[in-house]
Amino acid sequence: MKQLLAAAVAALALAAAPAHAALKVLACEPEWGALAQELGGSLVDVSVATTSLQDPHQIQARPSLIARTRNADLVVCTGAELEAGWLPVLLQQSGNDRVQPGRAGNFAAADYVRKLEIPASLDRSQGDVHAAGNPHIQTDPRNIAAVATALATRLQQVDTAHAAQYGERAAAFQQKWQQAIARWNAQAVPLRGLPVASQHKGYVYLYDWLGMKEVVVLEPKPGVEPSAAHLQGVLAALKATPARMVLYSAYQDPRPSEWLGKNAGIPVVKIPFTVGGSDAAKDLFGLFDDTLARLLAAAGGK
Amino acid sequence: MESTWRRAGLVLCLAAGSAAAQPAPDTQSLRRELDAMRAEYEQRIRALEERLRAAEQAAQSQQAPAQSQQAAPGAVVVPAVPAAVAVPAVPAPSPTPTARASPPPLLEASLILSGQYTHTSRDPADYRIRGFPLPPTAEIGPGTRGFSLAESELGLTANIDPWFRGFAAIAFTPDNQVSVEEAYVQTTSLGQGLTLKAGRFFSSVGYLNAQHAHTWDFVDAPLAYQAMLGRQFGDDGVQLAWLAPTDQFFEIRAELGRGRSFPGTDTNRNGAGMAAVSAHSGGDIGDSHSWRAGLSFLRARADNQDLAAFDSVGNPITNAFTGNTRVWVADAVWKWAPNGNPSRQNFKLQAEYLYSTRDGSVVVDTTGLASPGNFRASQSGWYLQGLYQFMPRWRVGLRTERLNPGVPDYGANAGLVGLDSGNPTKQTLMLDWSPSEFSRWRLQAAQDRARPGDPDWQWTVQYQMSLGAHGAHSY
Repeated sequence: MKQLLAAAVAALALAAAPAHAALKVLACEPEWGALAQELGGSLVDVSVATTSLQDPHQIQARPSLIARTRNADLVVCTGAELEAGWLPVLLQQSGNDRVQPGRAGNFAAADYVRKLEIPASLDRSQGDVHAAGNPHIQTDPRNIAAVATALATRLQQVDTAHAAQYGERAAAFQQKWQQAIARWNAQAVPLRGLPVASQHKGYVYLYDWLGMKEVVVLEPKPGVEPSAAHLQGVLAALKATPARMVLYSAYQDPRPSEWLGKNAGIPVVKIPFTVGGSDAAKDLFGLFDDTLARLLAAAGGK
Repeated sequence: MESTWRRAGLVLCLAAGSAAAQPAPDTQSLRRELDAMRAEYEQRIRALEERLRAAEQAAQSQQAPAQSQQAAPGAVVVPAVPAAVAVPAVPAPSPTPTARASPPPLLEASLILSGQYTHTSRDPADYRIRGFPLPPTAEIGPGTRGFSLAESELGLTANIDPWFRGFAAIAFTPDNQVSVEEAYVQTTSLGQGLTLKAGRFFSSVGYLNAQHAHTWDFVDAPLAYQAMLGRQFGDDGVQLAWLAPTDQFFEIRAELGRGRSFPGTDTNRNGAGMAAVSAHSGGDIGDSHSWRAGLSFLRARADNQDLAAFDSVGNPITNAFTGNTRVWVADAVWKWAPNGNPSRQNFKLQAEYLYSTRDGSVVVDTTGLASPGNFRASQSGWYLQGLYQFMPRWRVGLRTERLNPGVPDYGANAGLVGLDSGNPTKQTLMLDWSPSEFSRWRLQAAQDRARPGDPDWQWTVQYQMSLGAHGAHSY
């Protein structure tokens, strides 16, 4: 009888306790999922809408994503129109007022960094250009630091009960991150001024950080797959201004870069581009460790 | 604070760099200096953190509500909260430099331009779907022969205020008419998975019905849609959608409307002439597969609805139907994209089954005999289509469809109305090329056996271009 009573009390206590009240975060891209995890630890339950093998421009508003948006407390995306083709549908169909644009639960990372390549004029004859500037901000660790500051603040705002813990985790992350940046800066010295070719205009922030020079882009216009004829043109252009390597992202078709690498005789570098884009890019630290390692290997090998 | 860290980073970096280049004794002294610096920094940081935390705790009670409203859409948000709570900082933190292009416009406009060339082996003027008496104005068949402007559409959308969003789609038809396809307001702030819509909108029954024609994978709507939903069912009314708070997608939408269009009719009455409910579920299977399936029911009331028919010797007559139509729709779609990346290759399989019953009375030959009597009909139809993008920009599609008109019961008028025999069928093959996500060229060939007699061979070349705002498309 006594045992039964104890069991009942225990069951009651269990039922009364909030059943794992972690803050539900839906990240549009893996880098923001990883960042939210760093800043939130066990306080957050992070789910990521895309993988490193998917093109974040080209995602469909799948039922599973709508369901996840429905239950999210915080949606963390790049913004700058990167997700213009699918995020608005998710938000509209979710029936979730907390994550609508303008609400605390809607976070756009690109709002917190200095954006590059903001077009002076907007004209689709230039390809799929983004009015808000190039959205691929995650390739510069200094941007990650700036976003981390803003995201930590936002987490504190959305989950006020754990504000102090977010503050501590953010401070710890920033300290580790700044040390890592210092390390990467030191490692990357040989890359300064290096002329390179890129498949998509996805690395402008990486080049800005490391002082690399993009001499040619394989896509004739952003988002347009290069044709064989266009690649011939790129190859001809490289005769005048040679590049030391050609970069493409894990989610992209490697063939254009491989073709150019073979015909121009330069190394082809697969950039993980985001967390999970390579075996070594398991988290944000691994992402930049691996990116630099690959760039340095290509730069040193030639 | 960022610049401070950058400075600190630079010092560390320079130190590391020179350390590597210098002989050992210098390294040691440098390291000692660095350690001292670091210790000093950490001390200052800790002191600052303490102060900030105290300040923040004092300020939090009155600040918290204000902050939740603070982030305006698209605004440059410099955190108003002491961001330094999160981050160790030295005094005078510099705000994040945020360059921004011109802010997004308050009203987003998009224009769909579409045109086509059609070649048919039989005259589209006498197109009909045998066994399915439809209003003479029904938008069925391949349209006109030769060059024509297909439906061009202007879409306007914006958030109205923190509580509502609005959308309008205005269609320009080839014969110089302007029609309002959709014009509705929708809540954005109900929460709990609820969304309320009011105005004119496409019903959520089935899969294809709610999608605008320019997003269809073929030039025309399936025969079953043409015969049982008036090509695409839209109405004036209200819709409540509820999305369940589960990991699995489960959604219910209920609609009440005027019953303005086929299978209903627009009449002078109070109350609702249409009611519909649809339930859909869906999810992912691994990274590469996703699906959605659902069941819908639509009930619409018709009053004196003109239906094109023919008498027992084959002369055209007009009947008038009054009564209720119930349509059940079962829909399913399955999509495959390797690793969830559809840009190179993807496949989509889609099928819908429609079952419709009409129950009421009909006046046979309204301009002649005018003979009233009871009427009942049970009809069904389905289509199955597959779309394969075999390389970037190129897709090929195949659609097969079949209708079953059943045997309508004209009651007392049984001898006065001519009945068709046989089931309408159609096979369609499509190839399209999309140089970008904003433009598409399409070639479609169809063998249409909707009419009795020889098959109608229909060839269509079509373009669809999207100007302006980046439209997000539903699944």
